[in-house]
Amino acid sequence: MHNILANLVSVEWIIYIASFGLILTGLFIVFTDKNLIKIIIGLDMAETGVNILIVAAGYIKGNTAPIFSKASLTPAQMTDPVPQALVLTSIVIGFGVTALALALVVRLYQKTGSLDVSKIRGLKW
Amino acid sequence: MRKIVGLLLIFGFGFYLVTIIGPVVFPSSTGEKASVGVEVLKNEVAEVGAANTVTSVVVLYRGFDTLGEVTVLFLAALGLTLLMKGEKHLQAKLFDESFILKTGSYLLFPFMILFGMYIIVHGHLTPGGGFPGGVIIATGYFIIVMTSDVVRLREGLVSFLEGLAGLTFIGLGLVGLFKPADSFLFNFLSKGTFNTLLSAGIIPFIYAAIGIKVGSELTGAVGNMFFSPYGRQKDA
Repeated sequence: MHNILANLVSVEWIIYIASFGLILTGLFIVFTDKNLIKIIIGLDMAETGVNILIVAAGYIKGNTAPIFSKASLTPAQMTDPVPQALVLTSIVIGFGVTALALALVVRLYQKTGSLDVSKIRGLKW
Repeated sequence: MRKIVGLLLIFGFGFYLVTIIGPVVFPSSTGEKASVGVEVLKNEVAEVGAANTVTSVVVLYRGFDTLGEVTVLFLAALGLTLLMKGEKHLQAKLFDESFILKTGSYLLFPFMILFGMYIIVHGHLTPGGGFPGGVIIATGYFIIVMTSDVVRLREGLVSFLEGLAGLTFIGLGLVGLFKPADSFLFNFLSKGTFNTLLSAGIIPFIYAAIGIKVGSELTGAVGNMFFSPYGRQKDA
């Protein structure tokens, strides 16, 4: 914790504020909102926050993307490629999940005529 | 009441996040990468020969994982198709397309396809690759479907391309098993000249297969939403 408080404006602060803010806002929407589409948007926001956290973890200030496009570039000048590859996978999976969830919501709306979670019957378990 | 409980839960989870992730020292503060990243960056050019290190991680070092990712995307598209096929209200004409919109979409379409192909083919040299390129191609098709009702989707062709691309990915991986290395997705082709289009062995071919698969999958999903099995409704 002390190294966060030491320098107020640094990359860590961007990571913490952006990613934690998005994760917590998204989860708050999921917990409190009743509209199904808004819940999906909240899930998407939380996912974006997690992606920012992972990709920012591999970032080093002043370094370039891990692409050897010029012969003069050395590995020491580059950022970490592994988190970026992980986030690439995560974005694609998130896209698929969102599309499927929205399709389910469309079907549910046709069946029940409502997007309100608390009004939809048959969800009791 | 609901909001208060939600806020309490959020504060609890936020406290948990800060206590867990707060003490973790990120490379951004120390300037040193994690050991895996250092190893990959050091050996990647000699081992794989792709200019884009992220692509080599995605397609070769974690190639099996990417196969799973493609499978998840396939399942999502399949579920979308099953749920949305022949939607009545989507088949209705969305709006009366204006002349400018229609002509603009026709004008844009070939360039979007070309750009998507460029992104796919240069996946191992520049940022991009099969996934973004496939999405761009599907977007081009989506625009033309939204603005005009002349274009018909040939579902058989799309399914055929999708299956062929998936089989190419798995087939290229399986060929690696017969070679001396005996490993799935072994890079059996020659590495070629570094930083050219035909370099890095099987990476361009696998990424092209992924691009075709993603593009045809999403095109099929979009098409299935707008067309019933008997074609788009004429009147509506």
